[in-house]
Amino acid sequence: MNAALFVLSRLARDRSALIGLVLILGLVAAALLAPVLATHPDDVFELHPSKRLLPPGAQHLLGTDRMGSDIYSRLLFGARITILIGVIAVGASLVIGVPVGLVAGYYHGWLSDLLMRVSDVFLAVPQVVLAIAIAQTLGPSLPNVILALSVTYWPWFARLVYAETRTLQKEVFVESTAALGASPLRLIALHVLPNVASPIIVRASIGMGFTILTAAALGFLGLGPPPPTPEWGRTIAESREFLPDAWWYAAAPGVAIFLTVMGFNLLGDGLRDVLDPRIRRASGGARGLAGDADG
Amino acid sequence: MLRRLAWFLPTLLGLLAVTFVIARVIPADPVALVAGETATPAQVEALRRQLGLDRPLAVQFVDYVGRLIKGDLGTSLYTTRPIADDLASRLPATIELTLVAMVFSVVVGIPLGVVSALWRNSALDHALRVVTVSGLAIASFWLGIMLQLLFAMRLGWTPLNGRLRGFPPQGLTGLYLVDAALTGDGAALGAALSHLALPAATLAFPALATLVRFTRAGVLEVMQSNFVLYERAMGMPRSVIVWKYILRSALTSTVTQIGLLFGILLAGAVVTETVFDWPGIGTYAVNSIIRSDYNAVMGFTVWAGAIFLLVNLLVDIAHTFIDPRERAA
Repeated sequence: MNAALFVLSRLARDRSALIGLVLILGLVAAALLAPVLATHPDDVFELHPSKRLLPPGAQHLLGTDRMGSDIYSRLLFGARITILIGVIAVGASLVIGVPVGLVAGYYHGWLSDLLMRVSDVFLAVPQVVLAIAIAQTLGPSLPNVILALSVTYWPWFARLVYAETRTLQKEVFVESTAALGASPLRLIALHVLPNVASPIIVRASIGMGFTILTAAALGFLGLGPPPPTPEWGRTIAESREFLPDAWWYAAAPGVAIFLTVMGFNLLGDGLRDVLDPRIRRASGGARGLAGDADG
Repeated sequence: MLRRLAWFLPTLLGLLAVTFVIARVIPADPVALVAGETATPAQVEALRRQLGLDRPLAVQFVDYVGRLIKGDLGTSLYTTRPIADDLASRLPATIELTLVAMVFSVVVGIPLGVVSALWRNSALDHALRVVTVSGLAIASFWLGIMLQLLFAMRLGWTPLNGRLRGFPPQGLTGLYLVDAALTGDGAALGAALSHLALPAATLAFPALATLVRFTRAGVLEVMQSNFVLYERAMGMPRSVIVWKYILRSALTSTVTQIGLLFGILLAGAVVTETVFDWPGIGTYAVNSIIRSDYNAVMGFTVWAGAIFLLVNLLVDIAHTFIDPRERAA
């Protein structure tokens, strides 16, 4: 608890991390309070053909779409889908990638090589391409999007944890714990894992942003959850035939994606500064050294 | 280095196996798709045998790899042309787009990153940080649509989509910019440029942001290192230290990033080409996936994976040339 408070207080002092935190809290609030905040909560499923493509105004804050539904209300409910996709996909990637990285990093032998080569195979093609292929094979639906993103994102965690574990093995405390007779399981779980937690947390935050971007791209290509789900990427695809007149239709969901991803990126940067003092000291506040430009 | 070379083929083979399995469990029956709606079940079965799709998956895979070694990627079920021909005819469009985006982001991004590091915490540095943060947060398909909305639809400065109206310039390379310049066709050069502007800008933005970020971090890190401290203590002029030693050292990490950058650009090309109806490999891949054209999907994956792995191999080699320490090791 104390550690969490410490991290929070440090984050609050970093301006961009604070902005990131506020953006994410805003997203979570939008998702949780969607039925309260929405001016037309029934518009997720209801159609009003007489009110289609109205520009933003007092009645419809962000205008209406091709079905006459309130775009602002649909965006709020879309936030739920975005969070759901991000949290489950990154969570699943953690559950697969972290153990793989730990095992491959701790043991030296054919199993390590094999595990890392398997993750290389997934990293050899841009994530979005592999995710498109999987999502298309399984059919467009919310669980399939999450599955496609998890299957293609876990290698990033495996790689990261592998590299960190290999570095840690050279540390005296790991060697001495092993010499004291600690079992590999105990050593990995109690001594290695806590020490690789910081980079994992940082990567998870940036991974949320990245995963949400890829999910939006899948939705845009028609491989996301089917209508009338108010998924942001799909909304942008729908809006294209009404351009340039209904500009708000295309602009609003794009801004929502932008703010969400930026929130997670800024938070990830801030967390890196707080959790990894080595980087902060070595480069005088320089950011982005740990290879965060995935995909 | 040799170790990495040795792993090149097994990794590629693994990639093939993964794609092969994904492509073959497609629920929609590709044979039924090819045969058409009027085909009888008997005709579908005959076609399946003719295409060799009735055999066990493992046999099909070995057969596929065997033909691949001979350079045969198979035939597209949709265009009924050899995949290799399909890819080759669309390759120049993608190369042109990716190269222009890559050159733009390198030429603009690296100096901006250096400047941003040298004048750290200046107004310029803060402004650039806004750019890099946005570049990594923006959905490229949305950026593309917004650029279309503003520059093509509202202002009418550029064409909406496509690569060129009318006939392409005569030439050998298939890169319209190069061909038009070689034949002195000014009109075609202008037209090709105006068609390229929006998709190239869309594709370059995230890459540019990444480069600025990494160059800045790299330069800052090197500035703190012991050898720079030493050179300063020796009284070397600042300009020599910065442009000769710091930059060279910092570029080492940036070169690694160019390998990663290629991945970003390749992934970006898939989505960007779709938005701009750019007749390249990316649009081909998306269309093939949506049409369940598994031969074409495989062909694209092999192609993309091979190029990506190759670029990363080249990056490793380039590393040893830039950093004398690596050569000694």
